[in-house]
Amino acid sequence: MEKFITLSSTVVPLPIENVDTDQIIPARFLKATSKEGFGDNLFRDWRYDNKNNPNPDFVLNNPLYSGSILVAGKNFGSGSSREHAAWAIAGYGFRVVVSSFFADIFKNNALNNGVLPVVVSEGFLQDIFETVTADAQNTLTVDLEKQVIRNNASGREEKFGINSYKKNCLLQGYDDIDFLLSNKDKIQAWENENN
Amino acid sequence: MGKTLFDKIWDRHVIAAVPDGPTQLYIDRHYCHEVTSPQAFQGMRNRKLSFLRPEKTYAIPDHNIPTVDQDKAIQDPVSRKQVDTLQDNAREFGISYFGLGHPKNGVIHVVGPATGLTLPRMTIVCGDWHSSTHSAPGAVALGIGTSEVEMVMAAQSILQTKPQKMRIKVEGKLKPGVGAKDMALYIIAQMTTGGATGFFVEYAGEAVQALTMEGRLTLCNLSIEMGARGGMIAPDQTTFDYIKGREFAPKGAAWEQALAGWKTLRSDEDAVFDQEVQFKAEDIEPMITYGTNPGMGMGITESIPQLESIDPAGRTSFSKALDYMGFKPGESLLGKKIDYVFLGSCTNGRIEDFRAFTQFIKGRQKAPEVVAWLVPGSKAVEQQCREEGLTEILEKAGFVLRQPGCSACLAMNEDKIPAGKYAVSTSNRNFEGRQGPGARTILAGPLVAAAAALSGRITDPRTF
Repeated sequence: MEKFITLSSTVVPLPIENVDTDQIIPARFLKATSKEGFGDNLFRDWRYDNKNNPNPDFVLNNPLYSGSILVAGKNFGSGSSREHAAWAIAGYGFRVVVSSFFADIFKNNALNNGVLPVVVSEGFLQDIFETVTADAQNTLTVDLEKQVIRNNASGREEKFGINSYKKNCLLQGYDDIDFLLSNKDKIQAWENENN
Repeated sequence: MGKTLFDKIWDRHVIAAVPDGPTQLYIDRHYCHEVTSPQAFQGMRNRKLSFLRPEKTYAIPDHNIPTVDQDKAIQDPVSRKQVDTLQDNAREFGISYFGLGHPKNGVIHVVGPATGLTLPRMTIVCGDWHSSTHSAPGAVALGIGTSEVEMVMAAQSILQTKPQKMRIKVEGKLKPGVGAKDMALYIIAQMTTGGATGFFVEYAGEAVQALTMEGRLTLCNLSIEMGARGGMIAPDQTTFDYIKGREFAPKGAAWEQALAGWKTLRSDEDAVFDQEVQFKAEDIEPMITYGTNPGMGMGITESIPQLESIDPAGRTSFSKALDYMGFKPGESLLGKKIDYVFLGSCTNGRIEDFRAFTQFIKGRQKAPEVVAWLVPGSKAVEQQCREEGLTEILEKAGFVLRQPGCSACLAMNEDKIPAGKYAVSTSNRNFEGRQGPGARTILAGPLVAAAAALSGRITDPRTF
């Protein structure tokens, strides 16, 4: 997994509340047996019409907006616990999702796949939506070490929370398996002592 | 303060405790089946990893294998692909594989304890919720998800948060005609399906200690149906006698050494449990379920509760369950016509279950209208049925023994109960559609199943 320390990027605004995992990746795309390729179908039913033509009104199809930070309305990632939603977000190229609330399981799945969910206050969230609407080139900076998110257009900053185990994993570029394997000497030591 | 049996095994297996995070727990034994493993093998391949300890994993296809004509190619293409994939993966990664027709093939939760692969003091995992079975000889066995299966493959360890501890004591003696399955269904009915959520259970008390090893496997198997992470029993002479001489059990000096360690495996006198529950064995009758979760159980002579006696919040689901089953509140189920009988599964597919069933039906005849699927839990059980003459007695009574597998417990193969039909089933789950779309499942022990197979009705085996 790629390390995450700090990131400054333009943002993709999605000012919609209660975006559920069925919107993030519709159920019909779950049959695949690998984790790759889900980014192409991220927000599939918003992004494309039923003839597979890109919907010009959807933000991912708007050439003004790009970047590796997705900013979404309250309660992002609710609904079914499918890990595919996190694979789709990561597969598209997002490294940070900002919202004022995340569904628990989505948050965990995102962290396991190298995507940092940043919880901000409702006021901070609206501030982002206003500044990026005013100028799509405005950026955010996310500093994981300090656990601070900064809106570079308004200068507003906020602290965010993260479990210290998960923080460490992201800083080191570890997922759960990398973490376990980083303890190989401890595994070996355990075996020497107990076998 | 003293330690519980669970603490002793858990603490011994901690490799690293993550501050503000989970525990890295060493895994002694990993069982792998065809349904929950393919993505984990794929994940290993993507990372270009090999198994850290391939010799500690055993792969056995059981979930969707056919229970007839196992010598021929599997008909269903999806099943065949999963079984073939497991075999290919096992070969590629160098792990032991007991495939279809292999003398050690069968339901993983039957094969593990019977071959001595499952031993006291072990940590054991499998990508299957009924893995709790392996806790019965005094082990910590956990059902895990596919991402955790990959962890075990790569690092012989998993990240887990320590559950709370609960002790359930069943004091006194079980009445004649009442067995381990009845005890389990009674406990689940009393606790409800969510009553042990977040806990690991230790079963204790005179009635639990009096159970045979196979009875204990049945009891521990069903722990997860009340929400528990698992359920275990302190090993004793019954456990040691069962394990001694099994194929993979330690032998000679190694046996003596292991035994000395296992004898210390019990909760200390002053150990504190987060919750303690007690039941009286004499309150337990032969049990049946009337609804669509394993907690909706009652003594066979009792009546389904009235709607008014159900907590208001649960009335809608209670009514929905009874509608699905075609039963009414307040009704007795004695004498109800049934269509199918299923003996088998990781809950009741062991030799003692087949002995109990066979002894009951000996010299009698199966009701002609009943379809009975008797599915041994393993090739070894099938073989033992033949050697002990059970197969012959069953055939004389109009029964046919099928080949081993999970079969109608979850109906992933062709063994599906048709819509609307009633099945008295010795398996573990009576969820809507579990045994086939629209199938109506009545969970029970082997004796109630035997009485139903003979009479074609729900019958109290004690008064048959």
